[in-house]
Amino acid sequence: MKELLKIDDLSKSFVMHRAERRILGCQHIHLSLMPGEFVGITGRSGSGKSTILRCIYRTNLPESGAIWYDSESFGALDLCQASERQMIYLRKYEMGYVSQFLNALPRQTAYDIVLKSALETFGADEEEKATWETERMLRHFDIDESLWLLYPRTFSGGEKLRLNIAAAMIKQPRLLLLDEPTASLDAASKVKVRELIEQLKAQGTTMLGIFHDLEFMEGLCDHEFNMQKGEIVQ
Amino acid sequence: MNKVPAMDEEPCLQVRHVSKRFGEGCDHCLGGGELERNICPKCKTVHAVRDVSLDLYPGEIVGIVGESGSGKSTFMQCLYFDQIATAGTVRAVAYDGGEANLLELSSQQKRKVRNTVLGMVYQNPYLGLRMNFSSLSNIAEQMIAAGNRNVESMRARGNELLGKVNIPLSRAGDAPATFSGGMQQRVQIAKALSNNPPVLLLDEVTTGLDLSVQASVLDLILQIKRDFGVSMLVVSHDLGVIRMLADRTFVMLNGQVVEHGLTDQVLEDPQHSYTQQLVYSLL
Repeated sequence: MKELLKIDDLSKSFVMHRAERRILGCQHIHLSLMPGEFVGITGRSGSGKSTILRCIYRTNLPESGAIWYDSESFGALDLCQASERQMIYLRKYEMGYVSQFLNALPRQTAYDIVLKSALETFGADEEEKATWETERMLRHFDIDESLWLLYPRTFSGGEKLRLNIAAAMIKQPRLLLLDEPTASLDAASKVKVRELIEQLKAQGTTMLGIFHDLEFMEGLCDHEFNMQKGEIVQ
Repeated sequence: MNKVPAMDEEPCLQVRHVSKRFGEGCDHCLGGGELERNICPKCKTVHAVRDVSLDLYPGEIVGIVGESGSGKSTFMQCLYFDQIATAGTVRAVAYDGGEANLLELSSQQKRKVRNTVLGMVYQNPYLGLRMNFSSLSNIAEQMIAAGNRNVESMRARGNELLGKVNIPLSRAGDAPATFSGGMQQRVQIAKALSNNPPVLLLDEVTTGLDLSVQASVLDLILQIKRDFGVSMLVVSHDLGVIRMLADRTFVMLNGQVVEHGLTDQVLEDPQHSYTQQLVYSLL
């Protein structure tokens, strides 16, 4: 079987012109994921974990190396070399990214944020299904119905995060990148996230995740890596 | 199985090597010599736009950011023929199948492009609207210019567009001079949309508006993108506006594009020292 994602000697550092400094992100990363696998990365903050995910998603511009991704639409593709347009397309239809922060546009209601993701996934003419899935997702994450038509700016941290996860997971992407999705959640919400991850895994979604709490990862990961100072140590 | 539409391969607007200089130029600056910012130290020619190329694809919003004087508005004005570009090619699929260089058309042909291919919304509504004519007449003027002669259909379309941009029907007959700044911008947008152009050029449309009015104009822009699938080129010095609207972003400095990329990448991982400075200045 062929890898869905194969990271080959990826390095990334950040050049800060003002301070005339080069900050190391990640160095010489080798990593591969088979379809349907769940791979976890642990490590202290600042060790470069997020940089890997962000390079895959092109929020950071990879510096050297290759990220081979077996795309449904484009075939095997090096994400370091993919065009901006291809990345936008992949983000829309194949890749999901869940971070700790809600980065939805302002002045969209909670409901619309999730519905927009759903419509992108199911197609604009499947409004009924998208609506149904949206409501199911909002309920799954215990977002109270009285909040649905409000703007998330006034939500609590946990509500924002759960909304964020709902919007990313409803897309059922082929490759889901999880950047500490449970970092600031209470125990009950963590269980909800875990349930959904298990569900997605059963459906065959390939996932690469960063987690702080090792307990959460237990029994979930097919492989686990630990990072220190920008390098994978185990 | 989810339905996945194919990626658009052909840009609806293709801009190549567009330059605009004010002044004759001399051996020094035309030969590629060093400039002081964008001014030639020998002949004092201003190189406002230098060799800008970009592609705009159907249904996408491309942002252009840069400080005042970076040439972003001049670039837009060149595309809309308000300024005559010194060099370069611009092709639009909607005109002549993308064969013709729009910059070399006759003034009559350029008028046609301005009326049917491109819609322009200026920062200053006085440039885009006739302030003392009714809002409906302003929209009708654009449709008449495109060859429409049917008063009833123009009135219907005008009312429809004004409704779309949330101008109450009761005010459709009023002159924009009596409107607030946000309303004037919305009338400009309605006018720009009147002939269904595939490309909309937005030049600092929210600058100078207060926050909540700015928000309603941005909402409107996104709604128009959704409903009509129009492609847009958005010039702004406000990174917040760009982050909200643009899929891809170009950064201009001294007339040149110094960096471009996915909007979140440009904002999160800026490469050029100027872009970093810009991002660090974000409130």
